[in-house]
Amino acid sequence: MLNGLAVGCIYGLVALGFVLIYKATELVNFAQGDLLMLGAFTCYMFVVWYGVGYWVAFALAVALVALFGAVLDATILRRIIGQPQFSVVMLTIGLGAIFRSFASIAWGSEIYTLPTPFSARATRLAGVAVSHEYVSIIIGTVVLCAVLYAFFTFTRIGLAMQASSQNQLAAYYMGIPVKLMFSLIWAISAGVAAIAGVLLAPVSLIDINLGFIGLKAFAAAVLGGFGSIPGALVGGITIGLIELFSGAYLPQGFKDVAAYVVLLVVLAVRPQGMFGAITRKKV
Amino acid sequence: MSVRFVFKTSYDQDLGIFRDDVQRNWYLALLVGLLVLPLLIPAYVVDVSLVFIYGLCGLSLMVLAGYTGLVSLGHAAFLGIGAYTHVYVVHDLGLPWVVGVALACVVTAAVGVLVGLPALRMTGVYLSIATLAFALIIQEALTRWERVTGGLKGKAVEKPVVFGVHLGGDTAFYFLCLAFLIAGLWLTGNLLRAPTGRAWVAIRDSEIAAQSMGVNLAVYKTSAFAYSAALMGVAGALFAHKIGFLAPDIFTVLLSIQFLLMVVVGGLGSLHGALFGAVFVALLPVAISQARDSIPVWLSAIASPFGKEAGAATFLAVDQFVKKPGLEPGLFGVILVLFILFEPLGIYGRWRKIQLYFSTFPLYKRATFRRQKTYMRSERLR
Repeated sequence: MLNGLAVGCIYGLVALGFVLIYKATELVNFAQGDLLMLGAFTCYMFVVWYGVGYWVAFALAVALVALFGAVLDATILRRIIGQPQFSVVMLTIGLGAIFRSFASIAWGSEIYTLPTPFSARATRLAGVAVSHEYVSIIIGTVVLCAVLYAFFTFTRIGLAMQASSQNQLAAYYMGIPVKLMFSLIWAISAGVAAIAGVLLAPVSLIDINLGFIGLKAFAAAVLGGFGSIPGALVGGITIGLIELFSGAYLPQGFKDVAAYVVLLVVLAVRPQGMFGAITRKKV
Repeated sequence: MSVRFVFKTSYDQDLGIFRDDVQRNWYLALLVGLLVLPLLIPAYVVDVSLVFIYGLCGLSLMVLAGYTGLVSLGHAAFLGIGAYTHVYVVHDLGLPWVVGVALACVVTAAVGVLVGLPALRMTGVYLSIATLAFALIIQEALTRWERVTGGLKGKAVEKPVVFGVHLGGDTAFYFLCLAFLIAGLWLTGNLLRAPTGRAWVAIRDSEIAAQSMGVNLAVYKTSAFAYSAALMGVAGALFAHKIGFLAPDIFTVLLSIQFLLMVVVGGLGSLHGALFGAVFVALLPVAISQARDSIPVWLSAIASPFGKEAGAATFLAVDQFVKKPGLEPGLFGVILVLFILFEPLGIYGRWRKIQLYFSTFPLYKRATFRRQKTYMRSERLR
C-alpha cells in the first residue's frame, strides 16, 4: 500500500511537471521523464564521484536541472511556440533522445544505486515495517506541493505566472515579462522532475531508461485531466495504487501495462479526465 | 528558366497520374534506374530493400499524420502485428505466402479500426499519447502471448515462397519489395486524389470546417487509421522476411519514433516526403557505421601537423567517442530537432524551394513558404 502510494507520488510529481508546462505554454513535454533521469544522474554524480553530502548534492542537482530547463526554453523551445502541436511533440521527443544519449555517454549505461540517509532503514509502525525511502518520497511530495501552492498563490512571481498562462497577450500588456515567466516555468518543471528523480533513485535504480517512467506519468496526467495541478497528483497516486493492486491480483504482465490500459480507457470514455475541462471552438 | 505552363486540351489530362509527359518520363527513368540498380551495386541491395519497406511504412504514417493530421506514436505496433500475423499464418498454419500478406493486412486494418474508434474523441497530443500507450500494450502482449509469438525467445522467419517460387536471394527480395512499394504508392496516390483523400486533408486542415461541409468524421478518421494500419501490415510482412528473426523488442517506441522521424525529415503532407524520409532513415545507420571508421582517421589527419602524438591522441579519443553505444539515437534526436527548428517542411520542402527559386528566378520570395504562427488559444482549436 505504502509502496504504491510512494510510486504514485513520483508519477504525480512527473505529471505535475507536464501539467505546469502545458498550462503555461500549451506545450507537451515528452522529455519530462528524461529530465528526471538527468536529475537522478546528476545527484548520483555529486554524491558518489565527488563525495558531496546527500542534501547538498540534492540541492545542486535540482538547481542544475532547473537551470538547464530554463536554458532549454530560452534557446530552443521558445522558437517553436505558435507552431502546430505536432512540431512540439517531435521536438521534445528528439530532445529526450538527445538527453538519453548524453547520459549514456557521460555516465555510461550501467545501473547505479544512490546511497541516501534513508537507505535500507525501516520503522515498525503498527506492526508493519515501513521503509524510510518510501516515507521520504511521500513527505517530499507533500512538502513540494505545499511550497508550489504557496508560491503560485501568494508571491508576485507566482501570480504573474498564472496570469501569463491564462492569457499571454493580456499578461504582456500588463507589463509581465512573459518570456521570462515561461523560462521560469520550465525551470520549475525541470526542478520538480529532478526532485522526483532524486527521490525515486533509492527505490528504483538509476539507469538511462529511468526516463520511461515519464510514459506512465502521462497516464497520471491524463487521468487527472491534462491541465489540472491537483488532478495530476491525484491521478499519479491513483495510477500507483492501480499498478500495485494489478500486480497483486492480476496475472503476471498486467502490472506493467495497467497504467496504459487505464490511460486508453480514460481517453476513450472521458477524455477530459477527472478534473479537466474540454474546449471546443465556437464559430 | 521560365515558368512551365501545362496547356490542357482534354479532361483526360486532369485524370492522369502525372502532370505531363516530362514528369512521366522522369519517373520512368527512375524506375529503370531502380530495376538495374542490383546489377550496379550488388553489395547494397539488402540496404535498398530496407529502404523500400521503410518507404511503405512512411506512406502509411504519411497518410495518417501528414494527410489526416492524426499523429501516431505507435506505428511500430502495427508493423509488429503485421509481421507476427504473417509469420504465424505462413509458418504455423502452413498457408500460402499471399494469404499471409493478405491476412496481415486485414488483421492490422482491424486493429487500426479498434484504435481509431476511441481516437474519434481525442485530438492532437491526446491521440499521440493514446497510440503510444497502445504500442506499449501491444509490445507487452507480443512478449506474453508465447503460443503465437514465441515470446522473448523470438521466432525465426524463412525466406518467402511466392506462388511456389522460392525467393531466396537478396535480388529477388529486392524486386518483391519494389513491386509492393510501387503498388502501395499507386494506390495511395490515387486514393489521395479521390474524395476519400480530400476528406482526410479537410479533416487535417480543420475538423470543424470539414464537419460543416458534410465530412463524416467518424467514418473518415477510422478509415484513415484502417488504411494506414493495413499498409503497415503489408510492410510488416516484408519486414519479417527482411530481418529474418522476430522478437518483441524490435517493435519498440524507438522504432515508432524513427517512423515519425521519417515523415518529418521527408516533409509532412507529401508522398515524395515519405520516400525521401525512408531513404534517409534506412541509409543513415549505414552512413553512421561507415563514418565511425573514417571520422577518427580524418580528424587525426587534421591534428597530425601538430605532432605525431596529437594525431594519435585525437584518433584514440575520437575513436572511443564515436564507438559509444548511445550515440546513434542521440544523433537521430539531433537531426529531428534541427529539422523541426530550421526546416519544418522537410527535405521535400527544401526541394520545392529550390525548384521554385529557379523557376521564378529573380523573383523568389522567402515569405512564400512562411508558416503562419498562432498565438491565441482560440486560434489553435481547429
